[in-house]
Amino acid sequence: MTTDPQQPLKARGVSVALDGRPVLRQVDLDVSAGEFVALLGANGSGKSTFVRAATGLIPRSAGTVELFGTPLDRFHDRHRIGYVPQRSRAVAGVPATVHEVVMSGRLAHRRLFGWSNKADAAAVDGAIARVGLPDRTRSSLSELSGGQQQRVLIARALASEAELLVMDEPTAGVDHDNQESLAELLGGLVHEGSSVLLVAHELGPLRPLIDRAVVLRDGEVAYEGPCEGVVGEDHAHVHTHGVPPTPEGLTGEGVWR
Amino acid sequence: MIELLDYDFMRRALVAAVFTGLAAPAIGTFLVQRRLALLGDGIGHVALTGVALGLLTGVAPVLTAVVVAVLGAVVIELLRMFGRTSGDVALAILFYGGLAGGVLLTDLADESASVLNNYLFGSITTISDGDLTVVAILAVIVIALAVGLSPQLFALCQDEEHARVSGVPVRVYSILIAVLAAVTITVAMRTVGLLLVSALMVVPVAAAQQLTRSFRATHAAAMAIGLFAALGGVVSSYEIDTQPGPTIVLLALTVFAVAALLATTTRRLRSRRHPVDFARGDI
Repeated sequence: MTTDPQQPLKARGVSVALDGRPVLRQVDLDVSAGEFVALLGANGSGKSTFVRAATGLIPRSAGTVELFGTPLDRFHDRHRIGYVPQRSRAVAGVPATVHEVVMSGRLAHRRLFGWSNKADAAAVDGAIARVGLPDRTRSSLSELSGGQQQRVLIARALASEAELLVMDEPTAGVDHDNQESLAELLGGLVHEGSSVLLVAHELGPLRPLIDRAVVLRDGEVAYEGPCEGVVGEDHAHVHTHGVPPTPEGLTGEGVWR
Repeated sequence: MIELLDYDFMRRALVAAVFTGLAAPAIGTFLVQRRLALLGDGIGHVALTGVALGLLTGVAPVLTAVVVAVLGAVVIELLRMFGRTSGDVALAILFYGGLAGGVLLTDLADESASVLNNYLFGSITTISDGDLTVVAILAVIVIALAVGLSPQLFALCQDEEHARVSGVPVRVYSILIAVLAAVTITVAMRTVGLLLVSALMVVPVAAAQQLTRSFRATHAAAMAIGLFAALGGVVSSYEIDTQPGPTIVLLALTVFAVAALLATTTRRLRSRRHPVDFARGDI
C-alpha cells in the first residue's frame, strides 16, 4: 500500500478480538490531513475499540495501521497524536490542577529529569486559553463541571501540538451549551489544518463540521459518506439505499439501541 | 527531651525516621493517585516472607526482604497487566501468601514469633549502623526517582491510557512504581514495621489532600507530614514509653483528622461568606 507521510491515519482490514470474541472485522478507515471524520455507531458497535486499536492501546488480530505514513509499531512521533479519552477517567485519586493535567500533554517534548521550559509553559497557557478556561488554570480538576473537564482533556491534547485529535465520545453527558463551544473550538482547529477523528453516539451541534461519517454496526463498516446519509438528531440512523429506517418503537429491534 | 540525643540508638532511630518519613509519602502519593492505596500492604506481607527467608538462611533479613518484596511487586504488576486476575484479588492473594509464608518459614528456622514481631511492628531502637546505611541509601534513591520522574509518573497515574498514547513507556514506569514501593517498605520495615508501613505511605497523602488543590502541593505536603509524624512519633514513643511504629501512625492519623476538620470548616465558612447569589447568575 502506498504511504503518504501527510496522511494522519490509514487503517486497513483492522480486526480486533476481545477474549476470543471478534469485536471488529476488517475495518478500513482513513483520516486525511485537515479532515474531520466522525465514527458513529450504537453501544457495542466497536467504535471505541477501533480508536483504541488505531492508537495502539489494544492489540489488533489482523490489519495494518499507519500514522503519518509510519506503521503504528514503529511510530514514535507521539506528540503528533492528541488522544482525548472519555471524561469519566479524568479525575484521579490525588488532586491535580488544570495546569498540571494540561502540562502532562507536553511530556513528549520534555527530557527526563528536566524542568518544563518557556515553550512548555506557553503551549500550556495557550491550550488552556484556547478551550476557554484561562481563569481556572489553578483550579483542581474535581472542582470543574463535566463539560469543563472535557475541555481540560482537549487542552492536554492541544498542548502537545497534535496534528491529529482522536476523541472518544467528547459529547457524552455534556450539556448543549458546552457542546456548542466544543463545536466552535473544533471548527477553529480544523480550519487551521488539524485533523479530527471523533467517536460519537450523537452529533448535535458538531454535525455541520463533519466532512465524512463512518458508521459501524456489529464491528463492520455499515455506512461511509457525508453526514446527510446519517439522519436523526439524537441518534445516528442510517439510510440504507433509499429504504426508510424502520421505526425502532415498532420492531423493538432498532440498530441503534 | 534533648537528653534522648545522648543515646546512640535514639540518634540512629531519628535518622531512620527522617528517611522513612520522607520516602514513604514520596512514592505513596503515586499509589494513592493510581487508586492502589493498599498495594503497599500487599507488598509488606510479601516482604515478611523475605524476612523469614533471611532468618532461615542466615542472610541479613533486610536484603532478603528487599529481593522478595521487589519480586512480589513485579509479579503484582505483571498480573495486573497481563493476567485475568483483577487488582484486588491479586492483592488478596499476596496478603495471605506473604503472611502464611513468613510465619511458616520462621517456624522452620526455629525462631520464635517474637523475632517476627520486630519486623511486623518495627523495632527502631535496635537499628545498627549497617542497617542505617542501607536505609539511607535506599531512601535517597526512592526520593530522587519519585521526585525527579514526577512528571512522567504523574502522567501515568493520572491517566494511563493517555500516557501510553503519548509515548510514555507505561509498563516500565508501572513496574518502577511497584519496585520503589517495595524498596520503601523494606526501608520502613525497621521503623514502623511491615504491618503499618502502608499507613505511612497513604495517611500523609490523605491528610495533605484535604488542604491542597494541586498535585505538586499534595506531594510536598505529604512528605512534610510524613517527616513530622515519623520524627514526632519516635520522640513521643520515647517520652511516653510506647512502640515507635504505632505511635508514628497514630500521629499521622491525628494530622489527617485535624486537616479534615480544617478543610470542612473552611469550606463551610467560605460558603457562608459567599452565599449563592441567584440574581448574579451563580446557578
